[in-house]
Amino acid sequence: MKGPGQDLWNDALRAAALFAVCPAAVGGVVVRGAAGPARDRWVKETRALFEPSTAFCRMPLHTDDSRLLGGLDLAATLRRGCRVVERGLLASADGGVLMVSMAERIEANRVGRICQVMDRGQVVLERDGIGQSMPARFGVIAFDEGQDADERAPAAFSDRLAFQIDLSGIALSDLSAAALSARDVASARARFARVEIPESIRQALCATALALGVWPLRASWLACQVARACAALDGRDEVAESDAALAGRLVLAHRATCLPESAAEDEQPLDNSDAESELQPGDQPSDLRDEDEINQADGTEERVIASARAAIPADLLARLRVAATNPKSPTATLGATESRRPGLMGGRPASALRGDAKSGARLHLIETLRAAAPWQVLRRREAGNRHAKDGKGIRIEVRREDFRVRRYVSRTQTTTIFLVDASGSAALHRLAETKGAVELLLAQCYIRRDQVAVLAFRQEKAELLLPPTRSLTRAKRSLAGMPASGGTPLAAALDAATLLADGIRRKGGMPIIVVLSDGRANVARDGTRGREAGQRDAMAAAVGLRLAGITSLFVDTSPNPSGVATSIAEQMGAQYLPLPYADAIGLSDAVRAVSA
Amino acid sequence: MGIPFPFSAIVGQVELKLALTLVAVDPSIGGVLILGDRGTGKSTAVRALAALLPPMRVVLDCKYGCDPANEQALCSDCLTKRSAGAALRGRVMPVPVVDMPLGATEDRVVGALDIERALTNGEKAFEPGLLARANRGFLYIDEVNLLEDHLVDLLIDVAASGENLVEREGLSVRHPARFVLVGSGNPEEGQLRPQLLDRFGLSLEIRTPDDLASRVEVIKRRDQFERDPSGFTTRWKSEEDRLRKRIIAARRRLDQVVVPDAVVELAARLCMRLGTDGLRGELTLIRAARALATLNGRLLTTADDLRRVAPSALCHRLRRSPLDDAGSSTRVDRALEEVFVS
Repeated sequence: MKGPGQDLWNDALRAAALFAVCPAAVGGVVVRGAAGPARDRWVKETRALFEPSTAFCRMPLHTDDSRLLGGLDLAATLRRGCRVVERGLLASADGGVLMVSMAERIEANRVGRICQVMDRGQVVLERDGIGQSMPARFGVIAFDEGQDADERAPAAFSDRLAFQIDLSGIALSDLSAAALSARDVASARARFARVEIPESIRQALCATALALGVWPLRASWLACQVARACAALDGRDEVAESDAALAGRLVLAHRATCLPESAAEDEQPLDNSDAESELQPGDQPSDLRDEDEINQADGTEERVIASARAAIPADLLARLRVAATNPKSPTATLGATESRRPGLMGGRPASALRGDAKSGARLHLIETLRAAAPWQVLRRREAGNRHAKDGKGIRIEVRREDFRVRRYVSRTQTTTIFLVDASGSAALHRLAETKGAVELLLAQCYIRRDQVAVLAFRQEKAELLLPPTRSLTRAKRSLAGMPASGGTPLAAALDAATLLADGIRRKGGMPIIVVLSDGRANVARDGTRGREAGQRDAMAAAVGLRLAGITSLFVDTSPNPSGVATSIAEQMGAQYLPLPYADAIGLSDAVRAVSA
Repeated sequence: MGIPFPFSAIVGQVELKLALTLVAVDPSIGGVLILGDRGTGKSTAVRALAALLPPMRVVLDCKYGCDPANEQALCSDCLTKRSAGAALRGRVMPVPVVDMPLGATEDRVVGALDIERALTNGEKAFEPGLLARANRGFLYIDEVNLLEDHLVDLLIDVAASGENLVEREGLSVRHPARFVLVGSGNPEEGQLRPQLLDRFGLSLEIRTPDDLASRVEVIKRRDQFERDPSGFTTRWKSEEDRLRKRIIAARRRLDQVVVPDAVVELAARLCMRLGTDGLRGELTLIRAARALATLNGRLLTTADDLRRVAPSALCHRLRRSPLDDAGSSTRVDRALEEVFVS
């Protein structure tokens, strides 16, 4: 009996075969799921579809530029006395397949390099005194071991790869051998270039992409290529509707961002777990033909959509919800890459940089010697006379311009800005609790080695009690001595926090604002008292904070949480947390959640 | 890379094509920054531009492509040659559109000593880099927001001074490096530094077309092109020739185009209203409007020209206002309404 796992496996094999027909033209395959027997088997089956001589290059996660793109082969260059170019991984993969492991963790600029090479079909090398281009047409297999919906291969990458297969739901018993052989694929490859795609099919695939909310045009293009590959495998010179239906299912469905309109009339809810068993038996997608027989052009489109819709992943709705609640960072990887920047002191080693070891940076000895090596002949000749005179020859002459320093990629320093309400009303209620909460958060910051800053607001203005520092003792002390009295100038406080946060961001840091207040603003921006003006200005300031794109958390310190604070938090785009319900764990979880 | 996709065959993307055509007419407008969704044909358009540019005259054997007719911008080699009394002979070459790939190293960008000659003969020979090659042409950086910081610093410096200075092994080389910077990228993948943003004359945000007909057309043309590049290019040749002729004619007339005081004043009012920093915005605005006028065969710049180019000339120069919910293009539109009514 066929289970859902078997259908998935069949689709995975089908994707492998289509990929093998024209690896570079369809970009490649994203393979979701952890390493395991299913993945190993899939790679083995895929490998068997290519000629044994085809290059399969594996790219580890932290491959450096010279390994990836190529560069000067220094040893050979010195030995032979002429420039010897070392080919990088991408050029070596020409005509074959590049396998990228842990694609969900790959950095944006690494992906950028690979994508540029994929788009051009060649490596344009401008490195180490070499300007040269080398052909590099390859397909990519990206292993995406992301655990949840947020953690996936960068969009720039998966955009260019036609297929995405998920092997996590497959049992051992589902694994079976591929129906096709390398010879079938080879003859399809020969045919591929001459397969024609009729106008109506092209239109149907584009319309399907639109109906599913798949905006990138590259996806429609890839779907057309896959449809052609499909016809080629079938030994035909023209794309048929069944090819398009399969292409829609394999290329477009997993990119869907909305459900096609006709789905609304469909009685089957798509987010229920049975959705997968609704998959058409894979080998006969044209079965759908029986469902509706309308006129030709419209019919094709409808059927392709229907086929794709059947394969829309069950978690689509969940994914949409994630995207809607988290508009600032559509994917977790995006946020992660943005919060990484090269530094000189700590973190994972990155490429060495020309520079002085003075400013606290560490000298990269090997790179420095590498940089000095090619110029030795020249330098010796220049220095020759001088050294001959004093009788002491030197082995290798290193000059200042050769110095290379180590660079590290580290996470951006996070600075948590505490914006503490020190107005009279706060004093009455729960200033002590507020201080307690802040101390709790400070402990969190200490664990993460974050910087903290404290802004207090009372009477007419906000005051910077503590500029960003890593000294938590000072933070505690500044809080302890904090007097409380007067009105609540929340607007001025939010403005001041936004300004401070913006400054931190300019310096390359990542600010987080934590507001502790009851939200009952009663002082306007110009310092006049009045609840109405105060609230209005606070709202405006909150909007400003959100537009500046600063992550924030609003801790409502009032004893009876009201709508006022909630609406301000909403305007700020902040996570809202009422203190009465916030215990130690709740608070630290909340901060961890916003700063993750 | 083979044959580039013909510029005229790009479906839609009117703004993108206009901006690139304007800087082709008047490179002094400054660079173009193209931000947009993935797969919108950003790089296709820039690479296609090369084929449209009228060829230029350069000094024979000059590494930096000096203009024999422009004495102010000669490199030191050409200056020495001239002061020795030799006539600068010229030759015609296509305007360079130099591609700077991600992962380019500093020595290739600014130029360095020829490693091979240093090794074999122990001699110092300067090997010009990408900046030298881009002199008087275009320097294109795809994924400009992923460019490494130290290269960005370097570019900002060179783009501001129009000169590249290299010190290596006791050799000091200074050569002109005046180029139009064209950058493209996806704003989702990283932010641009304001200093670099300011080096671009025009900026535009482009989107994927959302109507079925043009989407199908994009796919269809790409298919035709990939299957038969030379046939496809031949079919578009007359269209390309027409555009090239227009650009050449527009360039020739550029000096004669009049910008009336009223238009200059309007530009100043618009910039003041939007609070753009510095004079660069105003200057770019006027130059772009003038280029648009001549491109359309007129010798008089009008307020409408100004209006047409204002969004792309000013959008990236606005200081972000925390109080304004609207995007920068809406703000420019609003300012345009106000300034043009009064």
